[in-house]
Amino acid sequence: MTLTHEPIEGEHFVVVSETTGDSWEIVVGLEVHCELATATKLFCGCPNMFGDEPNTNVCPVCLGLPGSLPVLNHNVVELAMRLGRALHCEVEPSVFARKNYFYPDMPKDYQVSQFDQPINVDGWLDLPDGTRVGIERAHIEEDTGKNTHAGGSGRIHGADYSLVDYNRAGVPLVEIVGRPHIRHPEQAKTYIDELRAILLTTGASDAKMEEGSLRVDANVSVRRVGDTALGTRCEVKNLNSLRSLGRAIEYEARRQVDLLETGERIKQETRHWDEGAGRTRAGRSKEEAEDYRYFQEPDLVPLAPSAEWIAAIDAAMPPLPAARRDELASSAGVAVTESSVVIAVQRDLDQLALATIAAGGDGKRVLTHVEHNLSGDGAADLNPATFAQLVGLELGGQLTATQAKTVLAEMVTSGRAPDVIAAELGFEAMDSSELEGIVDGLIAESPEEWADFCTGDDKKRGKLQGFFTGKIMKATKGQADGKAVAALLESRRADRG
Amino acid sequence: MSARLTRDNVAKVADLARLNLTEAELERYTEQLGAVLDHAEDVASLDLEGVPPTAHPLPLVNVLRDDVVVEGVDREEVLSQAPSVEDRRFRVPAILGEEP
Repeated sequence: MTLTHEPIEGEHFVVVSETTGDSWEIVVGLEVHCELATATKLFCGCPNMFGDEPNTNVCPVCLGLPGSLPVLNHNVVELAMRLGRALHCEVEPSVFARKNYFYPDMPKDYQVSQFDQPINVDGWLDLPDGTRVGIERAHIEEDTGKNTHAGGSGRIHGADYSLVDYNRAGVPLVEIVGRPHIRHPEQAKTYIDELRAILLTTGASDAKMEEGSLRVDANVSVRRVGDTALGTRCEVKNLNSLRSLGRAIEYEARRQVDLLETGERIKQETRHWDEGAGRTRAGRSKEEAEDYRYFQEPDLVPLAPSAEWIAAIDAAMPPLPAARRDELASSAGVAVTESSVVIAVQRDLDQLALATIAAGGDGKRVLTHVEHNLSGDGAADLNPATFAQLVGLELGGQLTATQAKTVLAEMVTSGRAPDVIAAELGFEAMDSSELEGIVDGLIAESPEEWADFCTGDDKKRGKLQGFFTGKIMKATKGQADGKAVAALLESRRADRG
Repeated sequence: MSARLTRDNVAKVADLARLNLTEAELERYTEQLGAVLDHAEDVASLDLEGVPPTAHPLPLVNVLRDDVVVEGVDREEVLSQAPSVEDRRFRVPAILGEEP
């Protein structure tokens, strides 16, 4: 089966079946759990800390001891609302509910969550590619402890016993339930990138997938292109990296297409991604919501944040990635979906780029440098005025693109002015008659190659263009401008007739 | 006996709650729980249009605490209460089902 990575027929990304040639659309909705960056747990004063000695951050509340009572952490509500508002959700009066099930990582035998009245509802998140992904809800719930399966194979099945650390039990989570608006594995990865940027910007979470403070489950289904009804979905768990997320969605979509094309039905179930084997495996069939016997948590009173509290959160909201991309793109005069715009914001270099453009730097050139030449440390400390000066030298022909890159690297290290650095490195603009003399000399030295360049096919000419450009760069110690060289070679070729 | 509650309902709920009930217990609880539901049915017969569901008997919202660390319980004391401990963790029997 082939998976197209470019949208075809407008918005659709499709899997094309090798057996039937039919086109199928992938439909993905992501559920993301993120741990909130609070000092303490959701309902008790134990530290919310990753990596501490097992069972050192515990108390009667998070151990579920009889008679203990939960008290809601103010900062959890604050961070959950910040995230909700950043995702354009409405903050609603909400209540907590008990989700009842038995598993040793949950000592109370129920998880306190929000069910029918969550705090944040009906928002959205805009991806850099312009796709708007709906957010159904973003509710508060508690994390579970950590099980280590011992003996046997070390996996759940075949384990002789488990060891439980309750440091994580009761750590505050927000579960962000996205609508099934994602159509491609790459888009799912972009969604997580964007969500992570929002979590970091709002300070809601440190969003580290590798430490489990951001965890992703993917609801995957497929349907024939053109169908509007959703297919039966499977929920894929155990996705520990963006790479796993992309691979698992692709695998799962192919598996479902194979089943449907052979006339079988998709069973709604939870499936676990096996990164080593590169496949998903069936878990148990999905529980009905009613099997969890949700009911209102009697030990907690409702939550009803005041309009003033919500307004204060809105007023203090830092600029979010999508708004930053919009501002930068319009200032630079490029499309908001340009990779350089996305990368500038990812690297926190959009303020530098804006200031450099304001100081007279050419927008496109500035963004090119940000994308390709400013990935290292210290870039954000560049002086916008001297950065703009460098771009000016480059566009004025005093520096080639390669030279500008070298000078820029030196500017980041030393903070000195570009003209000073250029003079020191001996980067001087070559006048055109000097360059012409060198080019003509080299053409005369290699008559056979020149003839092939002039008369050969595109492939041959491309190869020989590299041959001549290399010789010219060597002769000029890299000072020749690549564009000028190409233009000169082309004009000499035309002259030859 | 309630028309709403069957013996199978009770058996299912008992299973979810990990309760091992005898036939006699199933019969008895079906009848008792049915009586409770019938009583709730009386409430449903009232005209409750516009009356919001009661979330809590106390007229309170937003009971919050500051995000400040409070000393927990000593690990040795906690683990000393557990039936089985290994490597500073609670040791529990093998898990048969998958995580929910």
